Amino acid sequence: MSEDAVSSEEVRHVAELARVDLADDEVDRFTRQFADILEYFETLDEVPAVDREAPLANVMRPDEERESLDSEAALRNAPEPEDDYFKGPNVS
Amino acid sequence: MSENIFITEETIDGAADGPLAGQTVAVKDNISTASVRTTCGSAMLEEYVPPYDATVVTRLKEAGATIVGKANMDEFGMGTTNETSYFGSVDNPAAPGHVPGGSSGGSAAAVAAGKADLALGSDTGGSIRCPAAFCGVVGIKPTYGLVSRYGLVAYGNSLEQIGPFANSVEDAASLLEVIAGSDERDATTRADGDETTYADAATGDVDGLSIGIPTELLEGADEGVVETFWDAIGDLEDQGASTHDVSLPSVEHAVEAYYVIAMSEASSNLARFDGVRYGHSGGYDGNWNEAFSAARQEGFGDEVKRRILLGTYALSAGYHDKYYKKAQDARAWVKQDFDEALSDADVLASPTMPVPPFELGESLDDPLQMYLADANTVPVNLADLPAISVPAGETDGLPVGLQLVGPAFDERTLIRAASALE
Repeated sequence: MSEDAVSSEEVRHVAELARVDLADDEVDRFTRQFADILEYFETLDEVPAVDREAPLANVMRPDEERESLDSEAALRNAPEPEDDYFKGPNVS
Repeated sequence: MSENIFITEETIDGAADGPLAGQTVAVKDNISTASVRTTCGSAMLEEYVPPYDATVVTRLKEAGATIVGKANMDEFGMGTTNETSYFGSVDNPAAPGHVPGGSSGGSAAAVAAGKADLALGSDTGGSIRCPAAFCGVVGIKPTYGLVSRYGLVAYGNSLEQIGPFANSVEDAASLLEVIAGSDERDATTRADGDETTYADAATGDVDGLSIGIPTELLEGADEGVVETFWDAIGDLEDQGASTHDVSLPSVEHAVEAYYVIAMSEASSNLARFDGVRYGHSGGYDGNWNEAFSAARQEGFGDEVKRRILLGTYALSAGYHDKYYKKAQDARAWVKQDFDEALSDADVLASPTMPVPPFELGESLDDPLQMYLADANTVPVNLADLPAISVPAGETDGLPVGLQLVGPAFDERTLIRAASALE
């Protein structure tokens, strides 16, 4: 295990950022596993700098009105629709 | 069904006529089918019914194929054994008691068991080639950009491609021919393969073909797998192919680069599952973050949580340069290595998987060991190249696959070479 192995507090913090609740036993298990996995990821330090000249281009289409899903189809999988809207929890 | 191949069995009829008329196809359950449940092997999407077809499904229907079901898979495509599916693991029809390989295990098993003539899977780091090898069937991972990903539930967008399974190279090529080609709904598709045919490339003629063998991809592989691989290479040499060793030093870092990139993309892609517009909501009280976090704890399995968390960590302030940026450097290095190796060879050959199929339940506890099993397949996704896995024989009664990798958009050469092993 490397010196800066991940702590259970860090696992909890990341889980909070990722919006995934974890049970205590999940925190313990992930803390152990992450130590091994992150130590392995650290071998990326051995990778030399490589020129990256990827021929990237933006792909744009004309901004034209198109048909889209009707609201019935769009709402069909929502657990709690209201009128023509998705109903979610309070934001704060 | 005892092998647990399908999550949903459903007959979706295609057009009356077409190149795939009379053929049955199993479709991996992360490829959207209008009005037919598409779960991604997850409790999160257990009840999700897409309102539209993926482009590949539209093309299957137009070609006259009959879809016979949605195939079991590792949850959201994350796994090497098909044991992370919420709907249970699949038994390998070619090696009962063993895993079919992941993540498109149900698709490969459907073909191996004769439940479908053909199947579609998706390959982010080997998810078509691994189950093809473990189930003794043919699987093709197309060049990135050849096949539309519209309607594929995204896991690692920059890496994944939809591709075919079949019992023969020619049949896999026929299915590729149907699904390949640019799509205005997916801006990452390219027109390079639009006019290309594939099935007629399965000539079995390898006279004069130059095969490079990356020594790094044989190191550490199971002895029986290596022996079977060399027998198959000998077979190709007898038919007039020549072989030489090549070195790809970058592949030593491909697995860690792949997992950092795939997990980072997963952490972003899977943020859409909030239980509000679709997916499992759990009906929790509290504010958005609280309800959202509780629903995701319930809806996602262990491997998915592991990858979302590690991806979030790799992208977080302070670690971005250490992990994500370095992984992109490694990806560029891998591409460069493959370009050089393929300048002196028509194709590169290796065992598809360094090991024969695991026994069911053997491998679940140690994620890192599992990730290392992907050593021979992930470099190809990092380099955006096409690859095929073709049955090479058996070791101790377990199937072994041979992987061929070619230059971008040169699927025809892979198909030609692979067909010589049948």
